[in-house]
Amino acid sequence: MRKLTHLQRLEAESIHIFREVVAECENPVMLYSIGKDSAVLLHLALKAFWPGPPPFPLLHVDTGWKFREMIAFRDRMARELNLNLLVHMNPEGLAQGVGPFTHGSAVHTDVMKTQALKQALDAGGFDAAFGGARRDEEKSRAKERVFSFRSARHQWDPKNQRPELWSLYNARKARGESIRVFPLSNWTELDIWQYIHLEEIPIVPLYFAAKRPVVERDGALIMVDDERMPLRPGEEPELRSVRFRTLGCYPLTGAVESTATTLPEILQEMLLSTSSERQGRVIDRDSIGSMERKKQEGYF
Amino acid sequence: MAPNADLISADLGAYLKLHEEKDLLRFIACGSVDDGKSTLIGRLLYESKALFEDQLSALETESKKFGTQGENLDFALLVDGLSAEREQGITIDVAYRFFSTDRRKFIVADTPGHEQYTRNMATGASTADLAILLIDARRGVLPQTRRHSLIVSMLGVKRVALAVNKMDLVDWSQARFEEIRREYEAFAADLGFTEIQAIPVSALRGDNIMIPSLATPWHDGPTLLGYLESVPVDSGLQALPFRMAVQRVARPNLDFRGFCGRIASGVVRPGDRVRAMPSGVESRVREIVVYRDSRPDAVAGESVTLTLEDEIDVSRGDVLCAVERPAEAADRFLTRLLWMAPEPLQPGRDYLLKIGTRTVTATIGAPRYKIDVNTQARLAAEKLELNEIGVCEALLDRAIAFERYDGSREMGGFILIDRLTNATIAMGLIDEPLNRPGVQPGQRVDRAARAGLKGQRPAALWITGPSAERGSELAQALERGLLARGRHSMSLAEEDLRGSGEEGFRAAVEALKLMADAGLIVVAALPSPRKAERLLARDRMAEGEFVEIFLEGLETGAGYEAPEAPEIRLEAAETSPDQAAARVLAFLEARRIIP
Repeated sequence: MRKLTHLQRLEAESIHIFREVVAECENPVMLYSIGKDSAVLLHLALKAFWPGPPPFPLLHVDTGWKFREMIAFRDRMARELNLNLLVHMNPEGLAQGVGPFTHGSAVHTDVMKTQALKQALDAGGFDAAFGGARRDEEKSRAKERVFSFRSARHQWDPKNQRPELWSLYNARKARGESIRVFPLSNWTELDIWQYIHLEEIPIVPLYFAAKRPVVERDGALIMVDDERMPLRPGEEPELRSVRFRTLGCYPLTGAVESTATTLPEILQEMLLSTSSERQGRVIDRDSIGSMERKKQEGYF
Repeated sequence: MAPNADLISADLGAYLKLHEEKDLLRFIACGSVDDGKSTLIGRLLYESKALFEDQLSALETESKKFGTQGENLDFALLVDGLSAEREQGITIDVAYRFFSTDRRKFIVADTPGHEQYTRNMATGASTADLAILLIDARRGVLPQTRRHSLIVSMLGVKRVALAVNKMDLVDWSQARFEEIRREYEAFAADLGFTEIQAIPVSALRGDNIMIPSLATPWHDGPTLLGYLESVPVDSGLQALPFRMAVQRVARPNLDFRGFCGRIASGVVRPGDRVRAMPSGVESRVREIVVYRDSRPDAVAGESVTLTLEDEIDVSRGDVLCAVERPAEAADRFLTRLLWMAPEPLQPGRDYLLKIGTRTVTATIGAPRYKIDVNTQARLAAEKLELNEIGVCEALLDRAIAFERYDGSREMGGFILIDRLTNATIAMGLIDEPLNRPGVQPGQRVDRAARAGLKGQRPAALWITGPSAERGSELAQALERGLLARGRHSMSLAEEDLRGSGEEGFRAAVEALKLMADAGLIVVAALPSPRKAERLLARDRMAEGEFVEIFLEGLETGAGYEAPEAPEIRLEAAETSPDQAAARVLAFLEARRIIP
């Protein structure tokens, strides 16, 4: 009798989901956002279809404001793993120079992420899109299905979700409709980190602490990643030892001060910081910030 | 259970190892808000330190503002107030919540308790290893407790934690607790639970949730979290014979042909002989491929890729089985259905049925009965409405490999899909196959056995009326209708008469009886103007098998005696042959002659 650990059960479930979609959908795609959840998603896709490559392309919706290290990491992974990587940037947004500093985060996110994603999905004619969202991320997600249906106009009807029984997924849909599929639905943030550690999955170096130029703005530590960031009066970038718990557009992503330079140290920080959070002393600004960011993304 | 800060600091490697070795328990929490379910779930999240600081500080603020618990934290606010969906009135849905202790990770299906959300509870129960049934100590076992118990037991949950809540409001009375426990155990005796663990708790105060309560020195059982942490999660699936539904065939290059799937039960090793069902072809496992590794074995629950020694024809939907104990295959089943769509079940209509990795077409018969979810009483029913549970026959367009649901959720649970809307409209459980009844030694193969194989009952559809031409049109329309439903029919017409007069007629009636004995539905359009002739035919058939169809309203020729009490009367002038045939088919369904 061999006992499966929680990570082994989660992994088996995710692989099963990947294979069901490929078996039942005509033209799937995987949304690749370069972060840690995408890293796990990609790793599971590689496992699910080994020894072949994942039988679908990866799609990165580039807002033009990602950390430079993210783009470098993305291109390195695509090269090393010989991935079919599609990169899409909203051409109209680009032409109008839409960005978080000039247009605000809401407009930027809508034009460069949400609209761009719809453009890319329509252009590719994709009928299923894998995403790395987890149910523990946000409370509205706690009720979303693994197979989440979208109308031809990409709209979600939360009141009309299909029941999901056992591991039987109904992937049938009318022409023009599509499915967002979330193989990581039952993973938690801790599961993700443990799995990255256990499977030695490569992740963007920004997750590890290093001296980086940051300014403190509206209570968050924002990294000055390139010369496009206008500094406010009195703001002077200073080198501080920071890392990121989530990754997105650099002007919208807060860093945390940290000295964790290895995965065990990150896990240690996480486990200890949640215990200090539990004791109710320190407000973890990053977890609030990241949650808001996830909502803003409006990806799914 | 407390955060192991010392170990985290001192020996991180050991601590991480501990967390990696955790197993997973999925459970469903049943009860209504009134019972304190939200409070209980909030309390579990809190005690297991699953709450983040922002959630907790928000809870403190909200408890002071809106709480009903004075200075204390009001955990109900935590769960009830989590989602904007609740404000929009869609509290009907299953929410999944996560927490973990040092020993286990838990996934809670948080399901609504009201009867109109039965389908949501069933969804949550379908993946649960255990159910927490919440009872208000003041109110005891209620109809809803029985309903929740019936649903989780139907879905195959074997262990129940009976959380008798609000014990503080009955002064921690052991007598009250024992009374509730006895009442529940008596009620649940027939539900097939292997274990019922009753625990006196106060979710609000935290008594017996994680820490044993000082108020219940008489309780020698575990706390709720203690029980959740220690109950075996092994479902026994590894001890069952090997089964794996093939999800896809991987052919990345000419040298590799792998069968991908998640193992439903048993263990598989290289060298094992396997049989693909329902086709029955056999081979031997060459290699178990899991990513870059070649594995010495794989067990129930794992997703793997198998390569086989021989080039056999296996594709998605087939089930690879241990050759010494393969799965059965059948195309006709007795099933329990839970209807999940606003449009009721239409008996006789075709639906898509997905089981494992196979999707087939299924005709669902009229319910034999439905089950009252509150009392378990069997009620007569002609259809199934939203949230109703009924027992129906399912006739598939081809044979599938299966297990009975009580032996395997993966191999015995299915969903029905509407062909037009693509909606998932029902969940179903296979109770037993019907098409190959076990043959007893010395059993006489009779007409019922022959008809059963055809998924029908024998019958004579005797068309009578003054116009032979209209009768023969109806006969043809009827046979087309039966053929379209996959039923076996035979026709008997005037040109089949051998000999003339009464002798010829009697010979035809004997042929009719023989064909019925073969299990067929015989459509007879023979000239029989006299009542006595039709009575002769009726007498040769068994009770309920003779269906006299009177095409009336036409000009009656000389000597035609109209029937007084035909089974079906059709107004010939107003009815086309196809309309008339549809009415007859509906009658046959109602009589259970066809499904």
